[in-house]
Amino acid sequence: MNIVELQKKLIAAAKTEVLDDRVPYAFEKRITALLASRVAPDNMALWVRGLWRAAVSCVAISMVCGAWAFFNPATTTTATTDDLSQNFQNTLLASVDQSDQAQ
Amino acid sequence: MMERTEAELISAVLNGDAASFEPLVAKYSPRVFATARRYARRESEIEDIAQEVWLKAFDKLKSFRGEAPFEHWLMKMTVRTCYDFLRGHQRNRESSFSELSEPENDWLERFVAAPESASEHADAAKLLIERVMEKLSPQARLVITLLEIEDRSVKEIAQLTGWSAALVKVRAFRARAEMRKIVAKMAKEKYL
Repeated sequence: MNIVELQKKLIAAAKTEVLDDRVPYAFEKRITALLASRVAPDNMALWVRGLWRAAVSCVAISMVCGAWAFFNPATTTTATTDDLSQNFQNTLLASVDQSDQAQ
Repeated sequence: MMERTEAELISAVLNGDAASFEPLVAKYSPRVFATARRYARRESEIEDIAQEVWLKAFDKLKSFRGEAPFEHWLMKMTVRTCYDFLRGHQRNRESSFSELSEPENDWLERFVAAPESASEHADAAKLLIERVMEKLSPQARLVITLLEIEDRSVKEIAQLTGWSAALVKVRAFRARAEMRKIVAKMAKEKYL
């Protein structure tokens, strides 16, 4: 069998195929509806949501810290209270202190 | 109401009027569907391709600069989406030719007896080429379709696919060889 000839014949057969360009009924309406259903992201809403989450986390952390400071028996003396607040401040400002020291 | 031009419709869509996209979808969907039917067989797959093309076109409309016609820009997107579809759906590539239908077998036998008597207009020939195309790799199928079946130039294919002209030539050479191998396999399975 002549393979090259068969290949040519089959490609010729594909060329004779009439292109079917039928479009399903109301396809354009479907696409428009699909586009409309995709809600555009509202940047303001995203920020508000993010900030609320951050606020809730901050409140939770401060409550835990407050409760720990209040109920921990070690905090009853003045010296250790100072230590706790000093430690807390040092921890918060650690990165700033390090950059100051580096300069 | 006066019909709006394509440029006006595109500009309206870019300004947030998504409804102005509808006339563009209505106008160019026949071309998108015709192209998708070259690469997919099931109607559900064809619709999925067309839908993806239009969603991509909407999302990337900002990148349309208006230097070339909108249709060219859209056809690039269509061809690339079809190529992605082929890469994701290579299910029939491993099947054998043993289950050829009777008309397909008859057509092949006619071809073996007298090649000129086997008409390329026969439905059996169209079924056979469809089988062969399904066994090609996505790259080879894309190149054979654009170059051999649609008679497009290397330059056009390069523009449609985003490949360089040299790469198109290399892939065309490999695609022809791959197709010849598949046709030979089909002949071997039938006659050996």
